[in-house]
Amino acid sequence: MKRIDHAEASSHFIAAREHVEFHDKRLWDLRQKRDREAAAVPEWEELRSLASQIKEHTLARLPDYLAQFERNATASGMRVHWARDAAEHNQIVHELLSAHGARILVKSKSMLTDECEMRAFLETRGIEIVETDLGERIQQLDGEPPSHIVVPAVHKLRTDVARVFARTLGTDPKNSDVSYLAESQRRHTRPYYVKAEAGMTGANFAVAETGSFVVCTNEGNADLSANLPKLHIASIGIEKMIPRIADLGVFIRLLSRSALGSPITQFTSHFRAPRPGSEIHVVLVDNGRSERLGMHDFWHSLKCIRCGACMNTCPVYRRSGGLSYGATYSGPIGVIIDPAFNLRKYSALPFASTLNGSCSNVCPVKIDIHEQIYKWRQVINQRNQLPIVKKEAMRMAGKVLSSPKLYRAAVKAANAGLEYLPRSMIYNPLNAWGRSRELPKAAGGTFRDWYVRHRGAGK
Amino acid sequence: MSARDDILARLGRNLPLCPPLPETPLFDSPASGLKEKFVENLERMGGEFVELPAKRVPGWIREKFPGAAVILSAAPEVAGNRPLESIRDPRELEDVDVGVVRARFGVAETGSVWLSETELKVNALGFLPQHLVVLLEMSRLVPNLHHAYRDSGFHEARYAVLMTGPSATADIEGILVRGAQGIRSLTVVGC
Repeated sequence: MKRIDHAEASSHFIAAREHVEFHDKRLWDLRQKRDREAAAVPEWEELRSLASQIKEHTLARLPDYLAQFERNATASGMRVHWARDAAEHNQIVHELLSAHGARILVKSKSMLTDECEMRAFLETRGIEIVETDLGERIQQLDGEPPSHIVVPAVHKLRTDVARVFARTLGTDPKNSDVSYLAESQRRHTRPYYVKAEAGMTGANFAVAETGSFVVCTNEGNADLSANLPKLHIASIGIEKMIPRIADLGVFIRLLSRSALGSPITQFTSHFRAPRPGSEIHVVLVDNGRSERLGMHDFWHSLKCIRCGACMNTCPVYRRSGGLSYGATYSGPIGVIIDPAFNLRKYSALPFASTLNGSCSNVCPVKIDIHEQIYKWRQVINQRNQLPIVKKEAMRMAGKVLSSPKLYRAAVKAANAGLEYLPRSMIYNPLNAWGRSRELPKAAGGTFRDWYVRHRGAGK
Repeated sequence: MSARDDILARLGRNLPLCPPLPETPLFDSPASGLKEKFVENLERMGGEFVELPAKRVPGWIREKFPGAAVILSAAPEVAGNRPLESIRDPRELEDVDVGVVRARFGVAETGSVWLSETELKVNALGFLPQHLVVLLEMSRLVPNLHHAYRDSGFHEARYAVLMTGPSATADIEGILVRGAQGIRSLTVVGC
């Protein structure tokens, strides 16, 4: 399988300047809103610790909690199915739809169904699928995967959406008013809730104690998808389990604050049993998760609650766009999850990071994201998956960094360069770093110069 | 081996060391000003708030939604003009202009109201109408989500939703649009 070239792919995104600038600003705005919300909750850090501990505990007892969930869900009338991988998941969903004679499926956003590439599978079997989340629908109509796990079309400007909707929904191509576009999608989608024979949701949390699962949306589209058709299918990754209802207090307080900077999503919905005369089928999906649990350095990534805070804060993600990662999960969390799915294909991704650690600092469940990124780089190097250019650059850097003499000479040369080079050499089209940013003023001298001056050499 | 047993066995072989499950505190703060906090957060999330005696609610609904042809109410205080008992299929709610329901309780921290099939009668009542009016007794406010999740309703209801403001989206350029898919407005009536 071909290696994803993140740097090459992001160059296409970067080429459209107004897109990059908006993307960067919009995601940083989400990060700042998250900061304001977090600061307003005095017990924020305690909540993060609790969330992390609850998740670690649950993962370490996952077989017990999954069995408890299954027992309780079955007792209250839900049906529980198990899927080892994407193919089994898609097969189960297709069989359920066929058994109910369902031709139209309304679904709310689920990264898991994207991970399983379910839409393509079902569409070739004659099922019409309507994504009901606005962002996900835009992406579906444009034939693109989501670029962000919370805001799927965040890389698009309103004019892009107007073009997509004009082509697919017949709206006025010249009208890119956001309310007009959202209203057009509303009018287009609502009849489907009434027509569809089946509805589908993912889940943010599954609660072992009650056998129930929780879905968070702002549009209420999960509630419409689940509460109108007689068949509700919920695809749930096995790592979504938490032990008790009371634990939801911790996670719901963290989730939307971390994701969008709002105290809660507009709709936080809890499904414990089907309505009389209808059915709920839960598909519990492994797809590599049980294997990841055994990876000593990487199993903590299973704690993820998919808030996207790490993406919003990541300078590389903000300036390269989610699609450049070529994977279902992008940004820092994607960088540590994707190589576990396919090391060769995603071997460039752990290098799409500055290792600044901001991702770990905002993570509501305290995943050591940047440390895992560093560890993946080592794994990739050991397994000989580094591209030759990167290897050569690293070899040179290794030489320079391991020799004090060479290092000092390099620092001097770089500082002199910043000071004396003409602006045209730094801020020219060939130097990506000079584009849309001022380089910082070089310090007056190096730390070593200062140290030698003040403490004397040899001490 | 079934997929189930296979997955459980694979997990069983890969389990990390198990840390203890912590108790979750209630994070109590002084319980004063619950109503003010509730209203502030509800309004932040795009909901509206009014306080009225229950008997004045039907008149107020007619004033607020003068064009409403179909009003469907699950709250005993408000009659509506289509009997809820006649509903056989939730899809019949497609043309409802205003839905009315009484919440079990509210959450000050987030401005949310709690609704389940017991309150809604037909779950779609919370989503398919154009507008929703939720009655809430102000003595039924809990301070935060930890208190909310101690409610026995989560163990009993088939379906329960913490609803906080109308259906909303900011999926295009972060511009907030209210009335994305479901209800265009949510008004909580303190009564």
